Amino acid sequence: MADSYDLIIIGSGPGGYVAAIRASQLGMKVAIVEREKLGGICLNWGCIPTKALLRSSEIYHYMTHAAAYGLSVDKPAFDLAAVVKRSRGVADQLNRGVAGLMKKHKVTVVEGTGKITGVGKVAVEKDGKSIDLEGKNILVATGARAREMPKAKADGKRIWTYRHALVPTEMPTKLLVVGSGAIGIEFASFYSDLGAEVTVVEMADRILPVEDAEISAFMEKSLTKGGLRILTKAGVSNILADDGGVKATIKDKDGKESVEEFSHVIIAIGIQPNVENIGLEGVGVEPDKRFHIKVDGLGRTNVPGIFAIGDVTAGPWLAHKAMHEAVICVEAMAGGHPHEMDVNNIPGCTYARPQVASVGFTEAKAKEAGYDVKVGKFPFIGNGKAIALGETEGFVKTVFDAKTGELLGAHMIGAEVTEMIQGYVVGKTLETTEAELMGTVFPHPTISESMHEGVLAAYGRALHI
Amino acid sequence: MSKTIQMPALSPTMEAGTLAKWLVKEGDKVASGDLLAEIETDKATMEFEAVDEGTIAKITVAEGSEDVKVGTVIAILAEEGEDVAQAAGAKPATEAKAAAPKADPVPVKAEEASAVASDPSPATPAAGDRVKASPLARRIAQSKGIELASLSGSGPNGRIVKSDLEGAKEGAVAPAAAPAPAAAAAPAAKPAPAPAAPATDTGIPHDVVKLSGMRKTIARRLTEAKQTIPHIYLTVDIQLDKLLRLRADLNAGLERRKVKLSVNDLLIKALAVALIEVPECNVQFAGDQMLKFKRADISVAVSIPGGLITPIIANADGKGIAAISTEMKDLAKRAQEGKLAPHEYQGGTASISNMGMFGIKNFDAVINPPQAMIMAIGAGEKRPYVIDDTLQVATIMSATGSFDHRAIDGADGARLMAAFKALVENPLGMLA
Repeated sequence: MADSYDLIIIGSGPGGYVAAIRASQLGMKVAIVEREKLGGICLNWGCIPTKALLRSSEIYHYMTHAAAYGLSVDKPAFDLAAVVKRSRGVADQLNRGVAGLMKKHKVTVVEGTGKITGVGKVAVEKDGKSIDLEGKNILVATGARAREMPKAKADGKRIWTYRHALVPTEMPTKLLVVGSGAIGIEFASFYSDLGAEVTVVEMADRILPVEDAEISAFMEKSLTKGGLRILTKAGVSNILADDGGVKATIKDKDGKESVEEFSHVIIAIGIQPNVENIGLEGVGVEPDKRFHIKVDGLGRTNVPGIFAIGDVTAGPWLAHKAMHEAVICVEAMAGGHPHEMDVNNIPGCTYARPQVASVGFTEAKAKEAGYDVKVGKFPFIGNGKAIALGETEGFVKTVFDAKTGELLGAHMIGAEVTEMIQGYVVGKTLETTEAELMGTVFPHPTISESMHEGVLAAYGRALHI
Repeated sequence: MSKTIQMPALSPTMEAGTLAKWLVKEGDKVASGDLLAEIETDKATMEFEAVDEGTIAKITVAEGSEDVKVGTVIAILAEEGEDVAQAAGAKPATEAKAAAPKADPVPVKAEEASAVASDPSPATPAAGDRVKASPLARRIAQSKGIELASLSGSGPNGRIVKSDLEGAKEGAVAPAAAPAPAAAAAPAAKPAPAPAAPATDTGIPHDVVKLSGMRKTIARRLTEAKQTIPHIYLTVDIQLDKLLRLRADLNAGLERRKVKLSVNDLLIKALAVALIEVPECNVQFAGDQMLKFKRADISVAVSIPGGLITPIIANADGKGIAAISTEMKDLAKRAQEGKLAPHEYQGGTASISNMGMFGIKNFDAVINPPQAMIMAIGAGEKRPYVIDDTLQVATIMSATGSFDHRAIDGADGARLMAAFKALVENPLGMLA
């Protein structure tokens, strides 16, 4: 007799484990299947450990620039192994935290690789042994993995994915980063701050292509000033690795190919959903055109009783989107009527130096959607706190619908912006107009005052510029 | 020019309805006054008549569609001489998007049979009726001249959000004069819908029943009543014997007219007369003012399949009891058939709800907003009763008045109860 549950979750990343907690709160008997470590990629190999690394490189950056604050540091140095060890320690601590949460909520954790063997049936295999679980509902939260370049299989020695880049055993001297999304830029920033010579290659015409064009341009300028080399509209057509390093064939924006040598390459060209070998075909779950699992706003697949959330479904592929979907999906499963998520209200963050944070429409996308826009901009140089912190590099940009005053989007680059974006997200979620934002008292002195000024600026009312 | 036929608002409070049945098909010629469709509202099924003449070029909302918002284009009419096919293909500019998907409110407990749930025509708004809407929704409503109170919100706790305004009828009311963006909540007669609590699976086997329009209205209005009206309850015991004797005499006299008075008919009359005697209770609380009615229109709670409705005996104080009785029978019959016209159940200055026939001794009824009082009638039963300092057996009925304490003081309520008791115990007083 197989163990029977109300809900079986495959995958314990931020989507999966949050679903487990919410389901337990709603009185369901829950099992969660994990083939690796509780917390999934986010917590073990993604969001969290990269933030730990970036904190080290940020402090190192301050050490090397201590004089700007009237301080001196004798021969600033770092120990890569210790930096990595700290990052792993952070991941481990959170991994144990998730284990504790599962225990607290009486969620059964089943170690092994889950596979749907029929509607309501999951087989979990570990070390050649298999156990069967039965569940009224199955939630697929298997996430995604790094997309690979066919011609440059990551070997972990010279050719890295994010996963290798998180636990380097040696410091790259000359690093090539292929792809300039959040992951590529964060690693480029980290290794550059630690002194590597970094080249970023991006196929689009600008880095961070999903961000507002002005943010991309500012970021490019800022990174270039810090010593990074950025090649846009460029591609890497071949990579040859040997013990001594890699030879990469780079095709620049004019179509000219040249071969360059690097010590290491990080491939950060996007993600690929983990939809293979989990039994989706057997029960008839349909993929979308990009081979992600197709779901409705409540996480329902075309097969009753089978749900999917997070990176295995359509984007944006962000941990906080997965967590939110988890709650919506489970509440709907329990007969509730949760509100579906509005993709335009999901913020995105890049934790490089400088940081980038945004929500909603870019100026171009808003115009494309037919809005007549009002745009406000405010540079950090006009903000007292930013000057006091020595962080004047950055700005805030807001996009409003000229007709209704709806906040369509907000874009920020600079110090602490990832911690501030929620202000605009709350506003957007509550359907704010410029009036409420203008009427909000922002504390002085904080960098967040720039957010207020960014709104005022859209209506020609900025005070400090 | 082709014309669009839109979902009509068949009652002042109707927001959406079910297109129960089409009585015409594409290609049919219709003249003004022809019946087009049967539309089920929150109250009743009503027939929808053509205003213009022409040919039905296209039916855009299928029979059986639920929750079709008022203003949604349901058909296209080609005028005389116009190419029907072309008209059918023309996309009318006013084509409204069908009701945005929204979470159905979880049923609010509303089983009390006395609960009165008519939708009276909105008068002046009562204080505290705040329309929950996002700043953006307010801004859009204001610029388009849409009355927020006419919409139902799909956001958390019934909050009106931007998407609720898409497809809403423009220019329903003139835009407010003050253009201040954060203008205070547009006062509205309609309160927020009943809050939807997240339903969770209790694990107990159950069926899920979709709420009917009537059930939603009952839920919304009862919640509104209990949340916004501070109720006070005053109970009296009333000796019925004289009234029963009078009724028997009257019925004997009325036999050849084929009229048979019920106790309730007499109680309707008694309440109406009492309200005229104590005008302080024949009122309506309306924000910063009060309406004092000069006529007693009594809403009478009638239980019907799937809910309850309150047809009105207008001017009950001035009508003879036989007239009241005849009118009541007709109203009750048509209520059962779902065929009351809105003016027959919307309005009223006070209500009466009688559960005597169920053997209920007494109960506290929920006020039917925006009215300020309701009389709850219990069963008339033989009880030991002290008459002239001796214990006797008499037919006694308990009646409890529920009063809107914002509008009616306890002493005035007590005076109404005393007047009602006096009229029932000495019923000749209400005949003269």
